[in-house]
Amino acid sequence: MSQEKSHISSYQSHVFVLLALLALTAISVAVTTLELGRLDTLVAMLIAATKAAIVLVWFMHLKFDNKLYAIFTVLVLVVFLLVLYVTFFDYSYR
Amino acid sequence: MSESTKSNHTSFLEYKGKYRGILGWILSTDHKRIGLLYLYTMLVFFSVAAILGLLMKIQLIAPGHTIMGPATYNAMFTMHGIIMIFIIVVPGLPAVFGNFFLPLMIGAKDVAFPKLNLASWWIYVIGILIVLTSQFLGDGPPDTGWTFYAPYSFQTPANIVPALVGAFVLGFSSILTGINFVVTIHRLRTPGMTWFKMPLFPWTLYATAWIQILATPVIGITLLLTVMERTLGVGIFDPALGGDPILYQHLFWIYSHPAVYIMILPGLGVISEIIPVFSRKRIFGYKAIVLSSLAIAFVGYFVWGHHMFTSGMSGRALFAFSFLTFLVAIPSAVKVFNWVATMYKGSLIFQTPFFWAVSFIFVFMIGGFSGLTLGSLATNVHLHDTHFVVAHFHFIVFGGTGFSFLAAIHYWFPKMFGRMFDASWANIGWVVFFAGFLTLYLPMFSLGIMGMPRRYYDYLPEFHAANILSSLGAMLMIAGAMIIIVNLVRSARYGKKTNEKNPWGGKTLEWQADTPPTLENWEEIPEVTEKPYEY
Ligand SMILES: [Cu+2]
Repeated sequence: MSQEKSHISSYQSHVFVLLALLALTAISVAVTTLELGRLDTLVAMLIAATKAAIVLVWFMHLKFDNKLYAIFTVLVLVVFLLVLYVTFFDYSYR
Repeated sequence: MSESTKSNHTSFLEYKGKYRGILGWILSTDHKRIGLLYLYTMLVFFSVAAILGLLMKIQLIAPGHTIMGPATYNAMFTMHGIIMIFIIVVPGLPAVFGNFFLPLMIGAKDVAFPKLNLASWWIYVIGILIVLTSQFLGDGPPDTGWTFYAPYSFQTPANIVPALVGAFVLGFSSILTGINFVVTIHRLRTPGMTWFKMPLFPWTLYATAWIQILATPVIGITLLLTVMERTLGVGIFDPALGGDPILYQHLFWIYSHPAVYIMILPGLGVISEIIPVFSRKRIFGYKAIVLSSLAIAFVGYFVWGHHMFTSGMSGRALFAFSFLTFLVAIPSAVKVFNWVATMYKGSLIFQTPFFWAVSFIFVFMIGGFSGLTLGSLATNVHLHDTHFVVAHFHFIVFGGTGFSFLAAIHYWFPKMFGRMFDASWANIGWVVFFAGFLTLYLPMFSLGIMGMPRRYYDYLPEFHAANILSSLGAMLMIAGAMIIIVNLVRSARYGKKTNEKNPWGGKTLEWQADTPPTLENWEEIPEVTEKPYEY
C-alpha cells in the first residue's frame, strides 16, 4: 500500500470546486424562470449531473487515483442508467 | 487492531482483549467474533419468526378461525416476512460466514475495516430494535406484508413507520458490509492468490457485495419516500395526489429482486466449497462458476418486473422482463451442471455437510423451475398471488439460503468452535427437517395451481386436505430444526474437542489456520501457489 503515491490537492482546487458548485446552483435556480416546459426536468437533471461529476472527478480524486476506481465508477453509472432505462421503458409504452 | 496479539496460540474464543466478558464480544473488532455475534442474533430472531410461521400453519390446518382471526394473521405474515427477509436471509451468509471465513480463505488477518465491521453489527442491532418497536407502539402491528405496497402502506392505520425506518437502518448495515468485503477482496488477498486462484465462496461474496452496495440504496430511498408519503402526503405513490403506485413496485423490486441474489449467491458459493471437498475431486469448471456468479449479479438487476406482471405494466415491458428472467436462469443452471459434474466419478464422502449440499441442489432445482413457471407471462396470470408463489419463494429462499446456511454451519463448525458436532444427531436432524420441508411446501404448489390465494387466514373447503398435509409438514420441519439447533448448541459447548486443522480434508486456506483460529489468524502469512480444489 505504501508504495502508491497519493495526490494532494491544493486549497485552490477545492475553492474552484466550491465556486463551480455555487455557480451551477445559481444557474439551476435561474433556469426555472425560463419556463422550458417539459425540458425543465431535463435541464435540472443535467445541471445536477454536472455538479456530481465535478465532485467525483476533482473533489473525490477520481482524476488522480488509480484508473481502477474510474472504471468501477463508470460501470456503476452504466448499471444505474440501464435500470433507469428499463424502468422508463415501461412508462413510455403504457 | 488495537487488541494486539498477546500470546500466539490462544484461540479467538478465549483471548482476553481490552474488555472482559460480554463486552469483549460486543466491542470486539475481530471478524470471527463479529461473525458469531451475527450468528447468535440471527438464531434468536430466526426462532421468533419460525414460531410465527408455525402459528400461521396451525391456523391454516382447518378453514375458518382456528387459532387467530384475519387481523392477527395479517400482522403475523408481515412480521414473519420482515424478520426473515431483512434480519435473517439478507445479512445471512455474508454476515456470519463471510465475516468469519472471508479473511481466513484469502489469507488475511481481518477484513479491511474492522471497526466499520463492528459498526455494521451495531447498526444491525439498532435496526432490529426499531423494527420491533412497530409491534408495541402506536396503532397495532404492521399488516402490509414485508413488501409495504402502496397505496395500502400509507392508508392502513397500523404502525408502519417504525418498520419502514427499521428496514432502512438495516440497509445501512448491509451496504457497509458490502463495502468492507469489496475492499477486503481487492486489497487483502495473500501473496500468490490471484483473482482466479481465489476460492469460490469469496467470489460469490464479491458478487454479492456489489449488489449490496448498488441495490440497497434504492430500497432505502423507497422506504423513506413511503415514510414521507405517510407523514407528509407528498404524492409520489398516491394516485389521489397524482402519484403512481406502480412506481412504488418498480422501486421496491429494483432492490428486492437483486436482494434475492444477495440471499442466494453466497449459498451457491458455500455449495461450491463443499461439493469438491466431499467428492475429493477438483471442482468442475471453476471459471464457469466464477463467471456465472458475476453474470447472475449483473443480469439479476434487470428482471425485477417479473413481480409485477399483473400490476398493469405496458405489454412490451412485460415481454422484456419475462425474457430477461429466462436469461438469468442460465447461469444458475450452469452451476448446477458444474456441481453434478464435480460429483461424477468422485470419491463421495457421505457426511452431514455433504447431505445438506446435495439436498440443497434438489430443492434449489425445484425452486428454480417453479420460478420459470412464474416467469412466463401466461402461467403467471393464473399463479400470481397464489400459494404457488409462496411455495416457489420458500423453495428458493429457505431451501436455497436456509439449506446452504445449514450446510455451511456443519461444514465449518469444527473450525469455528474447536469442537465436533454429534454426527448421528446431525444426520437425524437433516432427515427430519428435509422430510418436513418437502411435506410443508410441496402441497402449496398444487394449492396454488388449484387457486388458493396467499395471505388469507381462511380458505374454501376444497383446499382442506392439502393444507392439513402442509401444516403437519410444518410441525415435522420445526421438530427437525429443533434437533439441529439443540445438537449444534450442545456441541458448541460440550462437543468433543478437536484441534485438528483440517477434519474434512479441504484444500482452501481456512483449513491451514489453527482450530479454532487465533486472534489474527496466522502466525505466518500463508503463500498460495496452487489453485484451490486441487485433489
Ligand atoms: Cu424476482
